[in-house]
Amino acid sequence: MIKDSFFLAFKNIRHKGLRSWLTILGIFIGITTVVALISLGNGLKMAVNSQFGVSSTEVITVQAGGLNSYGPPGSGVVNPLTLEDLDAIKRLGTVEIAIRRNIPSGKLEFNNIVGFGFSGSVPDGEDREFVYDMMGVEIETGRLLKDGDGKKVVLGYNFYAEGDKSGFGKRIYPGDEVLIQDEGFEVVGIAKKQGSFLTDNIIYMNDKPLEELMGYGDDIGLIAIKVKDKNLMEKAKIEIEKALRKTRNVDVGEEDFEVSTPEATLGTVNQILTGVGIFVGLIAGISIFVGGIGIINTMTTSVLERRKEIGIMKAIGAKNSHIFMMFFVESGLMGLIGGIIGVLAGVLIGYLGISGINNFIGATSHIKIDYMLISLTLLGSFLIGSIAGIAPAMQAAKQNPVDALRG
Amino acid sequence: MGKREEKIIIQLDNISKIYEMADDVRVKAVDGISLKIKEGDFVAVMGPSGSGKSTAMNMIGSLDIPTHGKIYLDNENIAEFEESELAQLRGQKIGFIFQSFNLVPNLTTKENVMLPMIFQGINKEERIARAEELLKKVDLGDRMDHYPNQLSGGQMQRVAIARSLANNPEVILADEPTGNLDSKTGRMVMEFLEKLNQEGKTIIMVTHDPDLAQAHADVVYWLKDGKVEKITRRRNHIPTPEKGLKSRGK
Repeated sequence: MIKDSFFLAFKNIRHKGLRSWLTILGIFIGITTVVALISLGNGLKMAVNSQFGVSSTEVITVQAGGLNSYGPPGSGVVNPLTLEDLDAIKRLGTVEIAIRRNIPSGKLEFNNIVGFGFSGSVPDGEDREFVYDMMGVEIETGRLLKDGDGKKVVLGYNFYAEGDKSGFGKRIYPGDEVLIQDEGFEVVGIAKKQGSFLTDNIIYMNDKPLEELMGYGDDIGLIAIKVKDKNLMEKAKIEIEKALRKTRNVDVGEEDFEVSTPEATLGTVNQILTGVGIFVGLIAGISIFVGGIGIINTMTTSVLERRKEIGIMKAIGAKNSHIFMMFFVESGLMGLIGGIIGVLAGVLIGYLGISGINNFIGATSHIKIDYMLISLTLLGSFLIGSIAGIAPAMQAAKQNPVDALRG
Repeated sequence: MGKREEKIIIQLDNISKIYEMADDVRVKAVDGISLKIKEGDFVAVMGPSGSGKSTAMNMIGSLDIPTHGKIYLDNENIAEFEESELAQLRGQKIGFIFQSFNLVPNLTTKENVMLPMIFQGINKEERIARAEELLKKVDLGDRMDHYPNQLSGGQMQRVAIARSLANNPEVILADEPTGNLDSKTGRMVMEFLEKLNQEGKTIIMVTHDPDLAQAHADVVYWLKDGKVEKITRRRNHIPTPEKGLKSRGK
C-alpha cells in the first residue's frame, strides 16, 4: 500500500499543477538556502585556506606582534623575531625543522613599468625543500632556485599571466631581466598557479641576495616550523610559546609574538562564517517553517476539496488508514520534491558562487558536495512535509463516508 | 434445472435511522424497514425524494450504520462493525455505481478500475490484468488510458460498472445509475446491469423512475416516509438458465 500511496500521491500532486508547485516553493527556498550556504561555506573555507598559502597542515608559523595588519609578515613590528628566537625553537624536541623567512615588500620594474610586491626568501640546503613543500611551490616553466643563485629569481604565476594581467604590459618569461629595488635580476622560472593572491604574486629569491638587497640583517619576518608529528601540533605550539617567552623575556598574557597553527589561522574566518551561517540558517529555518505551514494549508484545502473523492475511496473499500496514508505520503512527497529541487538549486548556486569567488580573488577552490548533508536534507524535507500533513491526513481519514460522498 | 437452496444475502431487520439535528430536532429518515434480498435478485428500491431510499441504500451498502435494528450481510450483523471492518467488507462484497459516476478525476479509466483492488492488497500484475479484462467487458478496451474528463457520460458510467466489479463482489448497489444519462445511454447501462444479474450478481438499484424499476427489477420495494409502503414482484418473468436462483417461484 505504501508504494501505491506514493503513486496516488504523485498523481494528485501532478493533477494540482500550479498549486502544488507554489506549495513546494516554500520548502524549495528553505532547502536551497541551506544547501547553498553550506556549499558556499565549505568552498569559502577552502578559498581562504588557499589564500593563506597553507598547503601543509603540519606547519606552525611564528610572527612577531605589531602593526603588520596590512603588510607582509614581520613588517612594521616593534620587536622583530631574532636568530636567538629561531635557535630556541630549533632546540625543541617536538620540532623537526625551523626556518627563518623574510617577506619584505619592494618595487619591481619590467617593461618600463614599476610595480610593488613581496619577495619571499628561500633558504639554502635541505631547508629549501621544506619551504617549497610548505608553500606548495612547483615550477610552471624554467626552474626553481638552487643554492648559489645570486641575482636570480623565480616569480609567482601572476607575473606570467597573459597580456596586461601581469601588470607589466606583457608576460614575463624565464630569461627576462627584471629590476628589483633598481637592481637587475634574471628570471629563472615561473611557479605554477596556486590560486592564492599571496603566493601567485610573490618573488622567490635566495636568502642571501634578498638580505643584501633589503638589508634586514638578523631580523626575522616569520619562522616556519615543521613538527615531528602532526599529532604534536598543540604540544609544539605550547613549547614554542614557552621558549619564546623566555628568549623575549615576556610574561604570560604579554606576548609580543603569535604562534599560529593553520587551524587557528582559519579559526577567525570560520568564526565569521559560522556567524553568517547561523544568521542565514535562521532565515532558512523560517523559510522551511513557512513552507511547512504552506503544506498544511494546501493539504487542509485539499481535504475539503476532495471530500467527495475521499467518500468514493471509502465506498470502494479504503480504510481510514489508507486515506491517512494517501494524504500523509502526498504531503511528504511535496516536501521531498521541494527538497530535491532545493538541493539541486543549492548546489548550483554554491557552484556559481565559488566560481565567482575564484574569479574575484584568483583562487582555484572547488565546491565540495557533502552527500551526507544532501541525504539528511532530503530526509528532513520529506519529514517536514509528512509532519505538516499529519493533521490534514487525520482530518481526511475520519471523514464519514456518507457525508463525504455528498461532497 | 435442479433446485438450489435460496441464500439470503442481505437482510434488514427493523432498521431505523434517526438524524439528530440542531435544537433537539430529530429526523427519522428510515423508520423500521425490514426486507430480505436473495442472492442473484435484481431489486429496486423506489420512492420519491425524501422517502429514505438513499439512507436505506447507504445502510445496505454498509456506508452507514442504523440507529436501531440489524443489517445482515452474508449472515453477519454489520451494524456492529467498526469503520475499518465495514470498509474491508464494502471492498470485498459490494460494488457501487453512483448516479454521478464518481470516478477519481486524476486517474485514468484503468487506474480507476484498479483502485478498489489496491485497497484489498491485490498485486499490481493481477490488478492490471483484471482492470483490462473488465474494461474490455464494458466495451472500453480502447479507452483504458483516458481520463474521466475525456469520456462521455455513458462511458464514465461503464467505467464505474467495471470498477464496481473489480473485487468480484456478490452485490452491486446502483444509485440512480441512469439519472445523469440520456435514454439511449441509460438503456445501455441497464443492459449491462441485466447482464451482470444474469451472471449471478445481486443487483440493488435505487431509482425514482417507476418504469425503470418495473422494467428490470424482479422485486420493487416502494418506500414512503422512511417505511416500506408496498412490495411488487415482476409478473411473467421469463427465467434464464444463468438466473437459476431467480427463476424459481416467479
